[in-house]
Amino acid sequence: MTRSTQWLYGWLLLLPAGALLALFTHYPAIATLWHSFRSTPRGSRPSTFVGVDNYLQLADDPIFWQSLTNNLWFALGTIPLSIALALLMAVWVNGKIAGRGFLRLAYFTPTVLPMIAVANIWLFFYTPEYGLLEQITGAFGLPAHNWLGSKNSALAALMVVTVWKEAGFFMIFYLAALQQMSPQLAEAAAIEGASRAYFFRRVTLPLLMPTTLFVLVNAVINAFRLVDHVVVMTRGGPDNATELLLYYIYEIGFRFWDSAYAAALTMVLLLLLGVVALLQFWFLERKVHYQ
Amino acid sequence: MSSARPSPALNFSRALETAGAWLLGALWILPLAYAVWTAFHAGEYSTHFVAGAPLTLDNFARAWAAAPFARYFLNTVLLCAMILAAQLVLCTLAAYAFARFEFPGRAILFALVLLQLMVMPDVLIVENYRTMGALGLRDTIVAIALPYMASAFGIFLLRQTFKTVPKELDEAARVEGCSPLQVLWKVYVPLARPVYLAYALVSVSFHWNNFLWPLIITNSVESRPLTVGLQVFSATDQGIDWSIITAATLLTSAPLLIAFLLFQKQFVLSFMRAGIK
Repeated sequence: MTRSTQWLYGWLLLLPAGALLALFTHYPAIATLWHSFRSTPRGSRPSTFVGVDNYLQLADDPIFWQSLTNNLWFALGTIPLSIALALLMAVWVNGKIAGRGFLRLAYFTPTVLPMIAVANIWLFFYTPEYGLLEQITGAFGLPAHNWLGSKNSALAALMVVTVWKEAGFFMIFYLAALQQMSPQLAEAAAIEGASRAYFFRRVTLPLLMPTTLFVLVNAVINAFRLVDHVVVMTRGGPDNATELLLYYIYEIGFRFWDSAYAAALTMVLLLLLGVVALLQFWFLERKVHYQ
Repeated sequence: MSSARPSPALNFSRALETAGAWLLGALWILPLAYAVWTAFHAGEYSTHFVAGAPLTLDNFARAWAAAPFARYFLNTVLLCAMILAAQLVLCTLAAYAFARFEFPGRAILFALVLLQLMVMPDVLIVENYRTMGALGLRDTIVAIALPYMASAFGIFLLRQTFKTVPKELDEAARVEGCSPLQVLWKVYVPLARPVYLAYALVSVSFHWNNFLWPLIITNSVESRPLTVGLQVFSATDQGIDWSIITAATLLTSAPLLIAFLLFQKQFVLSFMRAGIK
């Protein structure tokens, strides 16, 4: 095959996927930036260039700041916990534990269910007065508490749902990595007299670093991408306590139909995701030991 | 990992671990078990748990009758099939190009593809809604599917797989007179079959469950997938009849759940395979 036919084949094979990617990923990303500097067309008034007005509005918008802090707390509350639980689950179902099949099933099942279905189930679980949680706390004589209706507990209640949904998913990746590890490592360590805890800390964990990074990146993305449970369970309330960034974009864009302001908000989200991507590259370069 | 005669201390820590694992397992299955209980019992049992309470399918029947779930099912199946078919074709072609052809701009184009791993269609809802309006596609199943058809994840996964195919096989097929597309079809695709299966399972379960974009772009029974249908149903129609809502919830997740229970091993293996880079 000559060089020019190689070129031609390469480009032609790439064309269909490339065109769709350009239309629905690259173009909208650039268009978002463009529209964030313009006003929303209203009625007979067409869209005009407004400079950084949308960003000034954003800087003055307390709900935006709250959604951003909420989202950071949400990420901080869900990611470490779900990763730690995932690792624990993987170690357990990788070993010779009684009822391993059932445990694997129990841990992984939430992953298969739609978040929207999961949110409905948990909504019922949290229902004041006759939800299961109220009944359990009531049985212990604890006072009634409206978990989703109270400003102090609503975000935490959503975090619980997220951890429950995601831990089993991340477990799979740890399980895959653990199963690829040579059993001779553990045997050699046992002969040397290393304790299981020491072995885990000094051998298993470092070898799992690439997996942890992969899971971490996915977890961060999900923390900013997944708002299905907000739509079902709280709609951002009470008093914006569960307002997450993407949900706020959805509200501004599709309830108030302010597409220009929504574009500015989307830019913030894209910027955040970009920072995650850069950190990932930086980390891959320096910290992760590949086998 | 097991030694011949474990010490009592080790035995104790093992027992503690087993107990912990089971406690966590119970916590993880509890919400689901609760939903199953509620869905299969009459309303008055939904909050008290009596052994031998009469089972009923009435909640499912009422949920099925109260909303066009049959249509929603059809829409979701069409949606998943459409996305998967397009993804398999598009990702295969693109992955083949990246794995086995030399052309200018390959590195930068690959980087541009990988960008989608970070900047997903889920985030670009405002602009994509505008685009769908310009294309006159709002409120159609095609509009739900289009942004997901070219998948960076699929391209990446298949490229990695195609790169492991020995070049000798490729060359042998060419010597026998196969065109590049025939080589792809006869050599690469058959060898990547497990990866295709893995990708298909991951893709179907993702799009069966996807919610926000379909919620935005659809507006009618004819195009709504199950997830959006369920939301419309439980948010407006039912007040707080939890028995019916949980029945509908289980109904919408049932196909995936049953498939998962039947093919548990393949599911887990697929998710593993898709995750190993």
